[in-house]
Amino acid sequence: MADMAIILQQAQRSLVIARKDIRIYYSKGPVVIFGILFPVFLFLSFTIGRQLAVDFMIPGLVGMILFFTATSISPIVVPWEAQARTLERLMSCPVRIETIIIGDILASFAFGVGISVLPIILGLFLGVTISNSVIFALALILAAFCFASLGNVFSIPPTNMPSTVNMISSVVKFPVVFISGIFIPLDQLPAWGQAIAYISPLTYFTDIARGCIQGRAHLPVAVDLLVLLAFTALFLVVAMKLHQKTMPRRI
Amino acid sequence: MDNDVAIQVVNLTKYYGELLAVDHISFTVRRRELFGFLGPNGAGKTTTVRMLTGVIKADEGGASILGYRAGSLKAKQVAGVVPEIANAYADLSGWNNLMLMSELYGIPASEARQRGASLLQDMGLFPRKNDAVKAYSKGMKQRLILCMALVSDPEVLFLDEPTSGLDVQSARLIKDLLQGLNAKGKTIFLTTHDMDEANQLCDRVAIINKGRIVAIDAPEKLRMATSATHSVEVSFDNVVSPEVLVNIPGVNTVKKLGDKYRLYTANPGELVVSLVNYSSSHGLKVISLNILEPSLEDAFVALTEKEAKHG
Ligand SMILES: Nc1ncnc2c1ncn2[C@@H]1O[C@H](COP(=O)(O)OP(=O)(O)O)[C@@H](O)[C@H]1O
Ligand SMILES: [Mg+2]
Repeated sequence: MADMAIILQQAQRSLVIARKDIRIYYSKGPVVIFGILFPVFLFLSFTIGRQLAVDFMIPGLVGMILFFTATSISPIVVPWEAQARTLERLMSCPVRIETIIIGDILASFAFGVGISVLPIILGLFLGVTISNSVIFALALILAAFCFASLGNVFSIPPTNMPSTVNMISSVVKFPVVFISGIFIPLDQLPAWGQAIAYISPLTYFTDIARGCIQGRAHLPVAVDLLVLLAFTALFLVVAMKLHQKTMPRRI
Repeated sequence: MDNDVAIQVVNLTKYYGELLAVDHISFTVRRRELFGFLGPNGAGKTTTVRMLTGVIKADEGGASILGYRAGSLKAKQVAGVVPEIANAYADLSGWNNLMLMSELYGIPASEARQRGASLLQDMGLFPRKNDAVKAYSKGMKQRLILCMALVSDPEVLFLDEPTSGLDVQSARLIKDLLQGLNAKGKTIFLTTHDMDEANQLCDRVAIINKGRIVAIDAPEKLRMATSATHSVEVSFDNVVSPEVLVNIPGVNTVKKLGDKYRLYTANPGELVVSLVNYSSSHGLKVISLNILEPSLEDAFVALTEKEAKHG
């Protein structure tokens, strides 16, 4: 019973930390604008002139924007705080390291979901329909949490240079969008291509989005959701375990 | 657990690779005590505070704060912390920083607002409370950090060199506040390398050097215990070389301090007589002559040097 009270208390403090992250992140205007524009331009540069149907483009665009925005805040918050010398004070508050990590992930999650609504609205405006909006919303939320957790994993190496972490995360993020069925759907990939696609969590979200919008998914929805859930759990456990070790070394 | 104990440290140890930064230290801080942790740079003060506040883990030994294991949520809940190098969030206002802290400590909003406002008043920050912290001066930032440590009304306060590098006014304000808090019954653990500060503020002082505690006592007792460091301060109307002074009977060491000399001796009374004799036989006039009690600094130097010889 006492454990439950502590979990609730720490969950509440995670929300406090998430709100703080969002406030600070938004105060860095250029970072936010770049975080939104980059995936849009990247997407356009690979789709423009290919005469693609709107209902093919929108799932890819949503997946891409969700992936980039949800992985934008979580990798840099901890190095940022270490560099700005706010981390030690935060760590001496009655919060666990896990609480800090979840807070940072929630901030990234909220940013990802919030921004991804824009391409969805654009799609609806252009006439696409979402056949199963409950599944789609569930997938969006789960995927945002999954990507935000992945972003947090990037910040594990105890470097206090946000630019270094940004480089690490870009090196991973960039290839991921090319192997996740964004530009070429899964069923048009050769077997080896599909095998690579399956290691990317973005593949499973894109698959659900294609299922809900284009009506052609490659995998059963339940499989997509379960794999996303498994990836989320994996990233969370890795982030929590390893930050326990590296966070104290940053101060 | 003894109800009178605020901080209990047993065998606390931290290695950084090969370096033994904190070497099996043990001590007790009583409730309501203003306890000084005094040592030169690199002595292990910050490392100790970080272990006590749960920011880093000890390699051996441990500590408890009001009976709670250091580093546990409960121990952190009852403590307020001013780390050595810490900033408030520069993009947030002073007020928002303060409210953020109170939320992280789970302080009810109305209580937090009330205490926050009164702390900012006390620290002279209230008129600037809505400005982003990046516009604050260094002294203002440090005062804000102190407010952030106090907004949860902690029973035990840890401060790591809180006045170091500050303007005189901010330092004075902070010292006054600490004395006030201590008078109200808060336990304060203060690290410093400033002898005067320790002497003015602390009930008891632990002297730490190279990760080890070399003495713990009231500043006055530490001072008196260093019997070898009585001294006489003298100035003459003409130049006298230190080599000459060191040959006067009873003088152990000579230190030049501007236009004065400080002569260390075991027997200041006899030395005064020798000095007067010396000056009259050499046609010099004594301009000033003072017998000095050993300072806390003398005690500190004696203790840390002794340690260096043994180590
Ligand atoms: N993160 C760290 N990594 C390696 N060595 C450290 C670290 N922090 C402190 N040290 C070393 O530990 C010793 C004690 O440092 P510290 O506790 O900061 O001393 P103080 O606060 O008394 O000046 C010093 O020799 C310092 O160089
Ligand atoms: Mg220090």
